[in-house]
Amino acid sequence: MKKLMMASAATALMASGAFADGHSEIKMGVILGFTGPIESLTPPMADGAELAMKEVTDSGLLLGGSSVTSVRADSTCIDAGAATAAAERLVSADGVKGIMGADCSGVTGAILSNVALANGMVMISPSATSPALSSPDDNGLFFRTAPSDARQGVVMTEVLMEEGIMEVAVTYTNNDYGKGLADSFQAAFEAAGGTVTISAAHEDGKADYSAEVGALAAAGGERLVVAGYVDQGGAGIVRSALDTGAFDTFHFPDGMIGASLSEQFGDEIEGSTGQVPGTDSPGVAAFAELVGDAFDATSPFTPESYDAAALIMLAMQAAGSAEPADYVSKIEMVANAPGEQIFPGELAKALQILADGGDIDYVGASAVELVNGGESAGNYRQIVIEGGEISTVKFR
Amino acid sequence: MTDFLNALVALTNFVIVPGMAYGAQLALGALGVTLIYGILRFSNFAHGDTMAFGAMATIFITWTFQAWGISFGPLPTAILALPFAIMITALVLLGTDRVVYRFYRRQKSDPVILVIVSMGVMFIMNGIVRFMIGVGDIRFSDGERFIISARDFKAATGLKEGLAIKTTQGITIVTAIIVVAILFWFLNKTRTGKSMRAFSDNEDLALLSGINPERVVMVTWIIVGALATVAGTLYGLDKSFKPFVYLQLLLPIFAAAIVGGLGNPLGAIVGGFIIAFAEVTITYPLKKVLGYLLPESLEPDGLVQLLSTDYKFAVSFVILLIVLLVKPTGIFKGQSV
Repeated sequence: MKKLMMASAATALMASGAFADGHSEIKMGVILGFTGPIESLTPPMADGAELAMKEVTDSGLLLGGSSVTSVRADSTCIDAGAATAAAERLVSADGVKGIMGADCSGVTGAILSNVALANGMVMISPSATSPALSSPDDNGLFFRTAPSDARQGVVMTEVLMEEGIMEVAVTYTNNDYGKGLADSFQAAFEAAGGTVTISAAHEDGKADYSAEVGALAAAGGERLVVAGYVDQGGAGIVRSALDTGAFDTFHFPDGMIGASLSEQFGDEIEGSTGQVPGTDSPGVAAFAELVGDAFDATSPFTPESYDAAALIMLAMQAAGSAEPADYVSKIEMVANAPGEQIFPGELAKALQILADGGDIDYVGASAVELVNGGESAGNYRQIVIEGGEISTVKFR
Repeated sequence: MTDFLNALVALTNFVIVPGMAYGAQLALGALGVTLIYGILRFSNFAHGDTMAFGAMATIFITWTFQAWGISFGPLPTAILALPFAIMITALVLLGTDRVVYRFYRRQKSDPVILVIVSMGVMFIMNGIVRFMIGVGDIRFSDGERFIISARDFKAATGLKEGLAIKTTQGITIVTAIIVVAILFWFLNKTRTGKSMRAFSDNEDLALLSGINPERVVMVTWIIVGALATVAGTLYGLDKSFKPFVYLQLLLPIFAAAIVGGLGNPLGAIVGGFIIAFAEVTITYPLKKVLGYLLPESLEPDGLVQLLSTDYKFAVSFVILLIVLLVKPTGIFKGQSV
């Protein structure tokens, strides 16, 4: 009897699975480092992506009323093996139709080459910024709503030069992101006539950074550039540099800019500068309004996450299919001009335009413009620490 | 003369002071590992997360005290919270022993099985800590931040180089000395301490002479809880509390314990300082120091760095390898691994 019930239950499950196919539910993978060095940045990022999915589902317009559900997976940010396994699970077990992610450059490259290419899966990363990802052999499957750090290196140089700083020490987190950014910055800074006294790596999550700070202090420089993570070694370096009096002011690239920077250091780092991808386009305000109090809309890469998820769904609508092979060619089309400009909260309108055969230019929360084979052109918000708070100087 | 003083101050500020504080933190951690190894006979991989747990307990109590308006003057409130946190941590460790380790001890399991079991405990503790206090950075140090700050030192002495000694660094070293003194007094002078050493030296003989093994195990866990809480709290005070980092602390702690000789408390202390100073000194560029000491014509252009900081962990592990190859029992005679 028990066996019979089990069997019928299993049959019912399988049958419902078969019927569920068609146009009712599309799964999208959200693979971010929910544990690991940027674990405090990722929750709002995932919320951003899921907000876009909810907006699309609620509109009931995607591919004749499909709903989009999110399947979260942990990229760990640093462990390529774990990230690959998680992405593999998303594709083979969960059957996702697109991947929003991954976050850190190293694991993103690993997932791209091991999982996405093998399965023809589309990936849009909201935050992988390594220059190395600009030219991988990606079969056109990889996009990012974050700009390459080659651009950030140039912006950083401009900011420092305008402040009249000609000599800096650089420390970077020892991974694809840190190394790529440090190298592109050093090249740009030296080309502009500046001097990099030392470019030293630091490992994340280590117990003690006195050795690194000792080396940086011995090399000297007017300012310390910390190309690291605010939840990780980057903060340790800054803390140790401040405590030993090695450096008073710093320059922070995107990985270091977060709420915990001002919480931890406040006015101790008064006068420090930095830049983070950002824009003054109306999309930012629209996004903040859309999010309300649900989560922190200004947390780094959160707008980019919303945009990455939105782009996948809009491309599906443009292609009339949720299959990656069908919609991949539409991503750049919906992201770039010509067409009606689309801001956050207007996804329903965009879906309708696409359904009617029109064209859209998705601007979104981060002023998306895909160039150079699928990466964001890059707008940066220049910041300064003033009165212990991160405040915006201007956009460039 | 001022050049010489500048060189000395630079060296003290960037090498000696941080090395001492880090060494003391590692030594306290390594003492816990070495006691477990000596008495319970397995490598306790959960020790890093026990430290995280202890520090977390301290933080919660510190917050309670701060809410009540209790403070400790210029010293961090966390010091007041320590005794209570030690009690909580010791209770948790005793509970873990009762639920997990005792079963394997009764089975007379191989040490390697206990090591794997301790890894399980490590992951669970890791999860509990993250679940309770979150994954972010927490700074819970209050009171005076510096004994001497770099700026004040420069103003007071007129030297070009600053010397900073943080309150937390001072507390770390003082507390470490006190804790180690109490531990050694306990192990060498008290009846319970002696029975623990007997149990460590020869379990069978200890049992024959009527030592109650369960009592020895219990006292060991309590001491380990105290050491882990103190080490975790001092480390958190000096840097900042972040659960992820405590997992990473495990490596240098084990290196310290093994270099000193596993199972030998004195070795754990020496090992802690060796590992800490190895990491800091070998990678320290002498450019600044030599710049002060040498005449201008001889001043170095490069950084004069023996090894780039990228290799600082390699340094500790090379020391570890050499010790294991040349003297597997460690510098002070511990049990061989």
